[in-house]
Amino acid sequence: MSKRLRTRNHTVVLNRSSGGDAGITVFLVLLGAFMFLPMVYSFLQSLKPLNELFYFPPRFFVSKPTLGNYASLFSLMDYSWVPFSRYIFNTVFISVAGTFGNLVLSSLAAYSLAKIDFPGNKFFFQIIQKSLMFTPAIVATLQFIIYSKLHWVDTYIAVIVPAWSTSLGLYLMKNFMDSNVTTEILESARLDGAREFRIFWSIAMPMVKPAWLTLIIYCFKDLWQMSNTTLIHSEQLKTLNYAIGKVSEGTIARTGVSAAGTMFIMIVPIAVFIISQSNIIETMGSSGMKD
Amino acid sequence: MSSKSETKVVSRKEMTKAQWTLHMMNTHKVGYFMLAPFMILFFLTTVIPVFLSLYFSFTSFNMIETPKFVFMDNYVKMFLEDELFITALKNTLIFAVVVGPISYVLSFLVAWFINELPPKVRAVVVIVFYAPSLGGNTYLIWSTLFSGDRYGWLNAWLLKLGFIDSPVNWLKNTSYILPICILVALWMSLGISFLSFIAGLQGINRSLFEAGAIDGITNRWQEVWYITLPSMKPQLMFGAVMSITGAFGFGDVVTNLAGNPPQDYVGYTVTHHIGEYGGVRWEVGYSAALSFLMFLVMIGANLAVNKLLSKVGQ
Repeated sequence: MSKRLRTRNHTVVLNRSSGGDAGITVFLVLLGAFMFLPMVYSFLQSLKPLNELFYFPPRFFVSKPTLGNYASLFSLMDYSWVPFSRYIFNTVFISVAGTFGNLVLSSLAAYSLAKIDFPGNKFFFQIIQKSLMFTPAIVATLQFIIYSKLHWVDTYIAVIVPAWSTSLGLYLMKNFMDSNVTTEILESARLDGAREFRIFWSIAMPMVKPAWLTLIIYCFKDLWQMSNTTLIHSEQLKTLNYAIGKVSEGTIARTGVSAAGTMFIMIVPIAVFIISQSNIIETMGSSGMKD
Repeated sequence: MSSKSETKVVSRKEMTKAQWTLHMMNTHKVGYFMLAPFMILFFLTTVIPVFLSLYFSFTSFNMIETPKFVFMDNYVKMFLEDELFITALKNTLIFAVVVGPISYVLSFLVAWFINELPPKVRAVVVIVFYAPSLGGNTYLIWSTLFSGDRYGWLNAWLLKLGFIDSPVNWLKNTSYILPICILVALWMSLGISFLSFIAGLQGINRSLFEAGAIDGITNRWQEVWYITLPSMKPQLMFGAVMSITGAFGFGDVVTNLAGNPPQDYVGYTVTHHIGEYGGVRWEVGYSAALSFLMFLVMIGANLAVNKLLSKVGQ
């Protein structure tokens, strides 16, 4: 089969062998099944009544779907030491405060790196780019020492403030500004005497909406799913993901409840991604490393 | 540059380099103000910990007494006395070498194969492939599939079909832990590099393909090699960094599927080892030496691969 490729004024015919097309389709279908079936199964597990969880051999589909697992998730939570609403509040508070700070600080920093030509500019961006090459998790012990010297440990600060400066967020935002905010517009605003903060806020920021949506989603996703037990010990400061993990620990009878809990945590980032996919892809368009 | 200083317009030629730098710093000082909040926190949470790990790696430190300088003892201990470290390093490298490149190639292939689908269909397909890496703890479903009792999927079917007589405890069996963890890691590895590749492919100027077709490119494999890959080199570099870094930071999957430590330390990684010494035994000096070594290994691997990729299409 040959493939037509449309360009502005005419179409070209590219050679696409039908054998290749068939092979690619088979590959995609198999890999797609491998990727997606466990997700679907996760969901179906959460709808199964107890007896269906113990069929032998196990069945993929559910014959009498029930929301019982979700109900027992919440009722089990009521017996937890801290009211369930507290875990929800913690997760929402940490996610919102962390994401908001991340967006503000990264955007300001990205703007200065992308559009203000101060000495040291390139050096700072190099540090950011290099820091993408390792996971901060490997220096967790050292972070712990610093945070405890600052008396951050066992407070919201220990999880919120570090989320304000993630190198990936700054990196994506800076690159997106490089290619989407035209310097000419900024220059003419500067000649008109506008202050830099004002230019940043009312000219540059509206031009990079896809990038801030992307930042929000990535930061929010990480914080929403966080259950950091090293930095936070107090039960009343712990998160939803931690609480759900605790509930589903233990007996095999909790399999369904555990699946319900996983669904509860997972559905939020996936739903957000579905809504904002085109913006994220647009941001990734300028994610490349030049160097 | 902006010449809004009303007093006099200064030109680059009248000044020495130092004077010029000072002048630029002064005119653009607002840049530092904008960068400062982020950078101060970034140094606090990321840069200083790395330097601290270098410093503590030369000491013996238990968080209570003052650090005692021990020179290279920690590094010597690592390679000569600590056999568990050698196991951990080996496992980490196996994971990185298998998961990194495979996830990278897979991300590219899928992104490339779905590139010519109609946009609406493509959007759905992207979700199918990207969902596992978005789903946080969803990978725990794999522990149900490989569960050690007869209700685990694999066991149940193998029993029913008569391949085995009694259930196999997959996640406690030393020959299966590593392959299963690698499989699960690959399952959730179509992450940010995948999205970056999709965007990169969309951004290639279509007229290049047209020109290629005229120049005698006859099939898609030639097209990807001569046109597509060289046109998206920046994305390829970024994707490589994301895949490599991801492949090294892998301990959580093992912990959650096989436990920490896993049976006979199969699948035990350096990340576990760092946590063991830093968080459990409070031997911060030794843990810091491990951290710093891992830092060097990850940066080194990334730089090497980037160097390699910069040769694509040249």
